[in-house]
Amino acid sequence: MSNLRTTAIEGTDDKGLDAHLIVDRGTFRLDVELTAAPGDVVALLGPNGAGKTTALRALAGLVHLTDGHLRLDGAELDRTPPESRPVGVVFQDYLLFPHLTALDNVGFGPRCQGATKAESRAIAAEWLDRMGLAEHAGAKPRRLSGGQAQRVAVARALATRPRLLLLDEPLAALDARTRLDVRAQLRRHLAEFEAVAVLVTHDPLDAMVLADRLVVIEQGSIVQEGTPADIARHPRTDYIAQLVGLNLYKGRADGHTVTLDTGPVITTTEDLQGEVFVAFPPSAVTLFRDRPTSASARNLWHCEVAGLETHGDQIRVDLTGELPLAADLTTVAAAELDLHQGALVWATVKATQTHSYPA
Amino acid sequence: MTQLDTSDAAAETLKGGPRRRRVRMTGRGVPLPLLVPALVGLAFLLLPLIALLVRAPWRSLPSQLTSTEVWQALQLSLFSATAATAVSLVLGVPLAWVLARTEFPGRGFLRALVTLPLVLPPVVGGVALLLALGRNGVVGQWLDSWFGITLPFTTTGVVVAEAFVAMPFLVISVEGTLRAADPRYEEAAQTLGASRFTAFRRVTLPLIAPGIAAGAVLAWARALGEFGATITFAGNFPGRTQTMPLAVYLALQNDPEAAIALSLVLLAVSIAVLAGLRDRWMTTS
Repeated sequence: MSNLRTTAIEGTDDKGLDAHLIVDRGTFRLDVELTAAPGDVVALLGPNGAGKTTALRALAGLVHLTDGHLRLDGAELDRTPPESRPVGVVFQDYLLFPHLTALDNVGFGPRCQGATKAESRAIAAEWLDRMGLAEHAGAKPRRLSGGQAQRVAVARALATRPRLLLLDEPLAALDARTRLDVRAQLRRHLAEFEAVAVLVTHDPLDAMVLADRLVVIEQGSIVQEGTPADIARHPRTDYIAQLVGLNLYKGRADGHTVTLDTGPVITTTEDLQGEVFVAFPPSAVTLFRDRPTSASARNLWHCEVAGLETHGDQIRVDLTGELPLAADLTTVAAAELDLHQGALVWATVKATQTHSYPA
Repeated sequence: MTQLDTSDAAAETLKGGPRRRRVRMTGRGVPLPLLVPALVGLAFLLLPLIALLVRAPWRSLPSQLTSTEVWQALQLSLFSATAATAVSLVLGVPLAWVLARTEFPGRGFLRALVTLPLVLPPVVGGVALLLALGRNGVVGQWLDSWFGITLPFTTTGVVVAEAFVAMPFLVISVEGTLRAADPRYEEAAQTLGASRFTAFRRVTLPLIAPGIAAGAVLAWARALGEFGATITFAGNFPGRTQTMPLAVYLALQNDPEAAIALSLVLLAVSIAVLAGLRDRWMTTS
C-alpha cells in the first residue's frame, strides 16, 4: 500500500513529536513514522497484533528502539529511560496502584518529580477536582467504578505535566453505557491538552470521536493515515473498509468502468484512469431472487449467500461468487427473499452510489 | 483441618456394603485405598504430639520452665531466630527481586544455588560455614586478623548459622510472590517518573508485603528449630550459643522431664506461628 502522508509539520519543526519507531523482534517488525504538533490527538488504529501497543510502549521507553529516532519538542529521547521522559501513560487496565488512595495515585508522579508530600497532594487534589472526582480522593482503586478509575488514571498521567500523553485502549475496559460518558469527557480533556496525545485503539468510533488524525497500522507498518472523514470515505485496505463498513475493491479504471483484478467490472460515477479503489456501502446493494429484467442497474452480479447476521435493525448478508460483497437488507426484505445460506441471488448497485478514487 | 469428612466417611466404612457403591456413584466420599493411608498418615503425624502432651510432667512444669537454663535458651532462641530473620529480610528480599525481575545468563543456575541450603543437610552447612567463616576459614581468617571478628562459637555465629539455613525459605517465598505480581505496576511507576528503586520501594514492596510476611514467618520458624548448622558452627555453650533445640537435646541425656518441658515450649511457639498464618494456609481449599 502506498503511503499517504497527509500531515507534515511545517514551521513548528522543533515542537511536538517526531518519531520513527523501529522495533525488531525477529518474527515481528514494527516500522512506523509518527509526527504530531502540540495539540494534536493522533489515534493508532489497527487489528490485534498489529503493533499498536508496541509503538506506544516504545514511545514511553518501556520497549527499546532497534533503530529509528524519537524527538519530542526537539529533544532526543531514544536513549532516555522512561522515568526521565516527559511522557504520561494511561494504561489499558489503568494499573492504579491498589495500595494507594486515588489522591496518592495522582500525587505519585509529582512526588517522584520532587514535590513535597503536601505539594503533590495539593496538585493531585486539583486534578481530581478537575475530573469531578473530588469526593473520591480518599478511595482505594478497588472501590472506584470503571469510569472513575479511568478518570483517575487520566488525572495521574496528566499530573506530571507530560509533553506527550499516551493512552492504550482508554475505553476498552468500560461497559457500553459508561463508555459513552467517559468518551465524551475524555474528548473534552484531550481537547484542552496542549501537548501531543497519541491513543491506541481497535475501535473506529473511539478513534474518530477522540482523534484529529488516524494512523492505521497493520502488521507493524502504516497502511493509511489521514483525518477520520478522509479515512472513512477512502479506505485503502480491507481491514479499514470493514471498520468503516464499506465494500472495497481494487482495479483498473478506464473512464467510468473499473475492471477489478479478479475479473468483474464495476461502473462508477467518477471518470478516472489507472489504478483505483472502488467503494460502496452495503446499504447500496439491492438483492433479487430472479434476474431483474428491467435492469436499470449496470452493476449486476450473480452471488451465493454465505452468511446472514443481524446488524442493528438490519440483516447483513455476506455474499460470495463473482464479486464477494456485503449487503444490508431490512428484516422484511430478507424474509420476502427467503434468504438462507447457499441461496443464489442477483445483486445490483447503482453507479451513483459507488465511489472511486485513485489507488 | 477442614477438608476431610472423616466422621462421615468413617461412619460409612462401619456400615459396610452400600458404602462402596455410594463412594463410586457420588464421587463425594473418600475411596478406601485413599482413606486408610490418609488416616494412618494423620495418626502418624499427630501421635508423637499427643505423646508429648500425655507424658508432660504437668506438676513440675512451672518450676521447670522458670529455671534459668530454660529462660536463657528461650531468650537466645527468640533473639537469634529474629535476628536471622532480619538478616534474611535485608539480604533476601533484594536477592528475590533480582532473581524474579532481571534477566542475565546463568540466572537459573544461580536460583538453584540459592535453594541448595534448603536440601543440604544442616550439619554440612555448619561445616561449610566453619570452612568459610571459621578462624582459619577462607574469609574468617581475614575477619579475625583485620577486624578481630570471630564468628564461630559466638551468639553472632548462631545468627549466621540460622540465617544461612533460613534465608532460602524467604527468598523462594518472596520470589514466588514477585513472579505472581504484575510487573506492569513497576512500569506504570516508571512512566510517572519513579526510578526502578523508587518503583520497588513505593509500589512493589507494599504489593508483595503479604508474601514477604509469609516468607519471614517461614524463615523465622526454620531458624527457631535450627540444630545441625548451629551446633556445628556455633557449638553448645549455655547462655551464649545454646538455643532451645540444643538445650532439648542435651537435657534428654540427663533430665528427660526438662527436655519434655522445653519441647512443650517449642510446640506452643509453633502453634502460635501456625495460628498467625491460618488466614494464608489453613483456609486454602
